[in-house]
Amino acid sequence: MVSASEGNNAIGAKLAPKVPAKAASGALSKDMPLRFQISGLDFFYGPKQAVFNLNLNIPTNRITALIGPSGCGKSTFLRTLNRMNDTIRNTRWSGNVLLDGQDITKMDVVGLRRRVGMVFQRPNPFPKSIYDNVAYGLRVNGHAGRLSDLVEHSLHRAALWDEVKDYLHKSALALSGGQQQRLCIARALAVDPEVLLLDEPCSALDPVTTAKIEELMFQLKDSCTIAIVTHNMQQAARASDFTAFMLDGKLIEYNDTPKLFTTPADPRTEAYITGRFG
Amino acid sequence: MGSHATAVERAPSPWAGRTLLRRLAEGDAVAHTVTLIFAASIILITSLLVYQLWISSAYSRKTFGWHFWFSRVWDPVFEHFGALPFIYGTLVTSAIALIIAIPLGLAAAIFLAELAPRKISDSISFLIDLLAAVPSVIYGLLGIFVVVPLMRTIIGPALKSALGFLPIFAGPNYGLGLLTAGIVLSIMVVPFIISVSREVLLTVPREQREAALALGATRWESTWKVVVPYARAGIMGSVFLSLARALGETMAVTMVIGNAALIGTSLFSPGDTIASMLANQYSEATGRLYLSALIELGLVLFLITFILNGAARLLILTTERGGGRPA
Amino acid sequence: MNRFRLLWRKSLNVVMLTLTGVAALAVVSVLFLILGYLIWNGGKSLNWNFFTQLPAPVGETGGGMANAIVGSMKLLLMAAVIGLPIGLMGGIYLAEFGGKAFSFAVRYTADLLNGVPSIVMGMFVNLLVVVPMKGFTTVAGGIALGIMAIPITLRSSEEFLRSVPVNMREASLALGASKWRTIASVVLPAAKGGIITGMLLALARVAGETAPLLFTAFGNQFWSPGWKQPTAALPLVVYTYAISAYPDWHRQAWAGGLVLLALVLMANIGTRLVLSRGGAARSV
Repeated sequence: MVSASEGNNAIGAKLAPKVPAKAASGALSKDMPLRFQISGLDFFYGPKQAVFNLNLNIPTNRITALIGPSGCGKSTFLRTLNRMNDTIRNTRWSGNVLLDGQDITKMDVVGLRRRVGMVFQRPNPFPKSIYDNVAYGLRVNGHAGRLSDLVEHSLHRAALWDEVKDYLHKSALALSGGQQQRLCIARALAVDPEVLLLDEPCSALDPVTTAKIEELMFQLKDSCTIAIVTHNMQQAARASDFTAFMLDGKLIEYNDTPKLFTTPADPRTEAYITGRFG
Repeated sequence: MGSHATAVERAPSPWAGRTLLRRLAEGDAVAHTVTLIFAASIILITSLLVYQLWISSAYSRKTFGWHFWFSRVWDPVFEHFGALPFIYGTLVTSAIALIIAIPLGLAAAIFLAELAPRKISDSISFLIDLLAAVPSVIYGLLGIFVVVPLMRTIIGPALKSALGFLPIFAGPNYGLGLLTAGIVLSIMVVPFIISVSREVLLTVPREQREAALALGATRWESTWKVVVPYARAGIMGSVFLSLARALGETMAVTMVIGNAALIGTSLFSPGDTIASMLANQYSEATGRLYLSALIELGLVLFLITFILNGAARLLILTTERGGGRPA
Repeated sequence: MNRFRLLWRKSLNVVMLTLTGVAALAVVSVLFLILGYLIWNGGKSLNWNFFTQLPAPVGETGGGMANAIVGSMKLLLMAAVIGLPIGLMGGIYLAEFGGKAFSFAVRYTADLLNGVPSIVMGMFVNLLVVVPMKGFTTVAGGIALGIMAIPITLRSSEEFLRSVPVNMREASLALGASKWRTIASVVLPAAKGGIITGMLLALARVAGETAPLLFTAFGNQFWSPGWKQPTAALPLVVYTYAISAYPDWHRQAWAGGLVLLALVLMANIGTRLVLSRGGAARSV
């Protein structure tokens, strides 16, 4: 179901980076509430530096897209936000990452990850039932009370409920790829995160499913800040409010999506979005 | 359906509260410690084993020193203990086992790795792995009731009539003895040679074979002259592994070897390996020195198999690395 | 001259390749030979008495191996209680927590332990347990078999835990689960098929061992109450009967051997089948 203000949202249609007018989003401004504030971020895999002095803000309840060629550091950056890189040996980073003004390194990492959810490139449901997958985060975080309602609610939010409501106890692995990814979204939403990080969530999916997920993002952003890494420029152009372009570990340009795609300030941005490289 | 309908009323967070989070963090530390303790216990048990063998054999080591390994006298009554008969028995039976098992095993491995279609190769390998799982005592059972009579009635007389002039085939043949034990051992050891050699041969890159064939070699020539030499180290490794196995084999050997602390020149004569005599004599050993001597033999058996196993693993790794496939 | 040489090479090719096939066939036929002999000689002695009666007095015919079967089960139970937890927990440590040097030491010692000749293991447990307890006991036998089961369990547990994709662990961590919770609720359930089959294989292997029992459990003509008495075990009885002078005992040794081999082979074949089917399903 698409609301009027998003009427020319492309569902499996226009592939040119023509940007529709989005009334619901505001332009980047100083008074915009910011969920994440990142300054001076350097990231190292062993001796190799992957991110250089990144300064970026992620506005609350908007969709921010990160684009750039492979290996430019966008996934690395995304994973820093919920400290997923902590699980990889030999990595270190410096700089400031603030979530609602709080330094994430000073927070308990488990609590951070409850507040900042993540959906991965390849669907990775647990080998459990659909119900148990969605309930997992709730159980693990010690949630007492009526799980069934929350599970149903999350599946609604992920636009999956109607398809699975009679099969909640079937194995999640029996679902199709697109359904599995939406299940992973439901699973991430179940713990009611303030931020949802999406790392190329549609790269393994077909265009129709991709369109469904983009629609999901629209519906979620009112209650959830979304940051999405994508290889697909058209997706960034049609689905996001703000776009950041990264190259070789550096942030090249960051602006309202319409402005970045129609009048890019940096020649490298222009080269990328017109397909001259990457 | 407007976007507001799907907005979530943000309920008061039920998981604010540091106590819960602290408990979770501690859980990680506990899990780490508990599993570490279990892992460490493995090191502890093994160290305990070596230590126990070492100190319990101290008496014998001190009493006999190096002569232990060169003396042929094994006399529990007068407490003269020399290990030479058992070393002899171990060496001879292992040699017989390998002489039979290596050609047989290598040939079968070549068949499975080079010639047989994948499905047949996998099925036959599976069956051969089952052979490796057969308990030693069952080989012994078949040894006593099948191989021994065979030796006595058919194989022995055949060898005697053809090669009876050789000292190794002289003497009376009762069925039990070094040769029988060697034959039984060879059957027990062949599955290991086959399975390891087959795997090692499979890692040899296709280009090697193809290069040989492209030069006009026959299938056999390419296999024997190119593939097998390429996998030489790994095959050696499989031999070491099998040797280590053979040395430790107890039950089947003790049931057919005749159990005599002799050094007989004939292969038909009875004898003993270190393992087979330990099985026989350990529970009846009286006297500190007797027991200590037996434990010293056990310690040495352990050390030899340890060295062989280590060498085997290194050799197998060498071929796999050289083959371009990560070990 | 050239043509002759070519002919020679070609014939050699055919002969050698045929010989390799013959060798493979010969080895495989040994398996069927063993099975055949056991079934032929042991099958006719497998009756109700065999499974329910105690051995008859020495020299008399009749009787069964009930105490040996029960004894083996008790020993396996003990081996499972001792060996499997250590192997599993150690495997979890190696796969999930391990530091480089310590993990190497653990794996190395486990391989060492695996290579210990079974008779030496029996001697070790004899010195460690039987001597202080002043007697042969089921406990000692169980300990010996348990220690032997550790390396196999360790290796297979670690392998199957490692095979759970990183993807899945990250999904759990990203939801705010702690590491131990991820292991307990996601990794272990995902790996449980392989781990259980590894445990079964370890038990099947130690079930057939005789040498470690010679100086620990020792054997018993009668029932062995509790855990602190010597006990009969299936492989032990097969051994004792086989080397005895009584034809009736020989007959029973065949039967016992058949039962033992049947159990070991069933465990091996069963776990292999489960593993191959599970492997296909896991590649989702």
